[in-house]
Amino acid sequence: MANGSNGGNGQGAGAKLLTRVKEAGEKVGGSQVMTSIFRPGSIFRKGYTDSPRNRSYVIMNSVLYHLHPVKVKRHAVKVSYTLCLGGLSFFLFILLTVTGIFLMFFYRPTEAQAWTDVQNIETAVYFGSLVRNMHRWAAHLMVLSVFLPMSRVFYHGAYKAPREFNWVVGVILLTLTLLLSFTGYLLPWDQLALWAVTVGTNMMGYTPVFGSSVKYALLGSKEISGETLLRWYVLHVLLLPFVIVIFMAIHFWRVRKDGGISGPL
Amino acid sequence: MPDIPEHLLKRSAERRKALGLPVPGETGEGEPAAPEAAEEPAAAEAPTTEEAPAAEAGSGGEESAGEEKPAKSKGGVPAHLLERSRKRKAAAAGGGGATAAAGGARAAATAAPTIPAPAGTGPGGHTQRLLTVVKSGSIQQTRAETQDKVHTWPHLLVIEFAALLGVTAMLLVFSALVKAPLLGLADVNQTPNPSKAPWYFLGLQELLTMFHPMVAGVTIPGMGLFLLMVAPYVDKNPSNKPADRKFAISLFTLFLMFWAVLVIIGSFFRATGFNFVFPWNAGIYFDL
Repeated sequence: MANGSNGGNGQGAGAKLLTRVKEAGEKVGGSQVMTSIFRPGSIFRKGYTDSPRNRSYVIMNSVLYHLHPVKVKRHAVKVSYTLCLGGLSFFLFILLTVTGIFLMFFYRPTEAQAWTDVQNIETAVYFGSLVRNMHRWAAHLMVLSVFLPMSRVFYHGAYKAPREFNWVVGVILLTLTLLLSFTGYLLPWDQLALWAVTVGTNMMGYTPVFGSSVKYALLGSKEISGETLLRWYVLHVLLLPFVIVIFMAIHFWRVRKDGGISGPL
Repeated sequence: MPDIPEHLLKRSAERRKALGLPVPGETGEGEPAAPEAAEEPAAAEAPTTEEAPAAEAGSGGEESAGEEKPAKSKGGVPAHLLERSRKRKAAAAGGGGATAAAGGARAAATAAPTIPAPAGTGPGGHTQRLLTVVKSGSIQQTRAETQDKVHTWPHLLVIEFAALLGVTAMLLVFSALVKAPLLGLADVNQTPNPSKAPWYFLGLQELLTMFHPMVAGVTIPGMGLFLLMVAPYVDKNPSNKPADRKFAISLFTLFLMFWAVLVIIGSFFRATGFNFVFPWNAGIYFDL
């Protein structure tokens, strides 16, 4: 309120509004109903007070949060250092898993049904179109967001000892992300999918010595067919996610064990 | 030279003062013993007490005597212990085994001059041997490196949560506005012109126009991945300062630029028949 009288007209109005909102908040928060519902110990048996001890318990007592150490280096929380890119890649992976599971309910990986099912998702399923769009765009974004922190790590020289091995795991994660995206590319079974994958797999056929075997194992036939669709579906929804989760676990664990993210330049 | 932490030295000095013992720096090494017993060994150890005053100024305690001399450690045994052993030997030989016993047996040593060295001892009349010297640093980390740290909750988690919400919101809005492509049903007999790989493989497809498929599709990407993986083992430069890593940084930037240019050309500058065109003339042949 003191601010309101000091500042100009606009600033005064802003400060006044702020105090109004604050007062309203206090009125609601302090009301009989709110205090009886949210009295400390009502929902959470032990209320939370901000103390170093409780700050530590938040991390220690949560299976999700304890991916993080209780304390991190001060410079590690500077957004401009990492832009959260690694964490966002992980988050996109979770988002893709969730939207992917949704899509799996409505999709059958057969030559006859795949494309119709996708069209069905687009037109007849509640939020189907939105979820498919999210799955697709998040996939493209994830390729970028896995690649960007790698560049960040290189420019910061963060792959140096003791983090050499974690860099190797990172390269593996990038490869797996590309493969996940590529196997998913075929699943809509439209012209775009078919021919993009044809171009990609033709290149694999040129692997020296066992090129044709590699291609056959991947396609399940001489050319892309219904067999390929089933194969890539299983790769996309089961095998590759399984493998990438293992490597992610190693990656995150090593980030902590190698002393958190690298120091400031 | 083992590094004795300051607080231990200080505590030792306090205890010695409390017991009425001379504070280290004036006498040589030794455990706290009875006050009356402390006088005689100090006198018997004339050579040790002689060199000690020189160390007083350094206030480093007993090791500073060893630091004055050039470190001549033998077989991992600190130089000052070797020196002490040598002096004791000399004293034992000259003084008739007056202070043959070393270490904590000071009180016993006061009686030693009257008793001859026991028969059946080791070479040179020794009854005790130095078995090993455990350096302090090897068994205890006395001072942890202080690091500037903050609690993960709330400092990091709040940022992560904000970033997560931001990306979700962005993605939701983008997905609501832009539809994912779905072309006609796949038809093996109808090849679209041009057929393009997904954008992240378009760099490879671009290479296909220049090299044999085996080189463009297998050798180059394989080499690229391999080089990326071995990069930390090849780059032995320990510094992470950009000024010290001009070569590595320029090489990586070159690699990125090369790749980005290939992907952009493959995406936007290739039209029917994968011929090079300008997108502002021929339009864009690109699907995500």
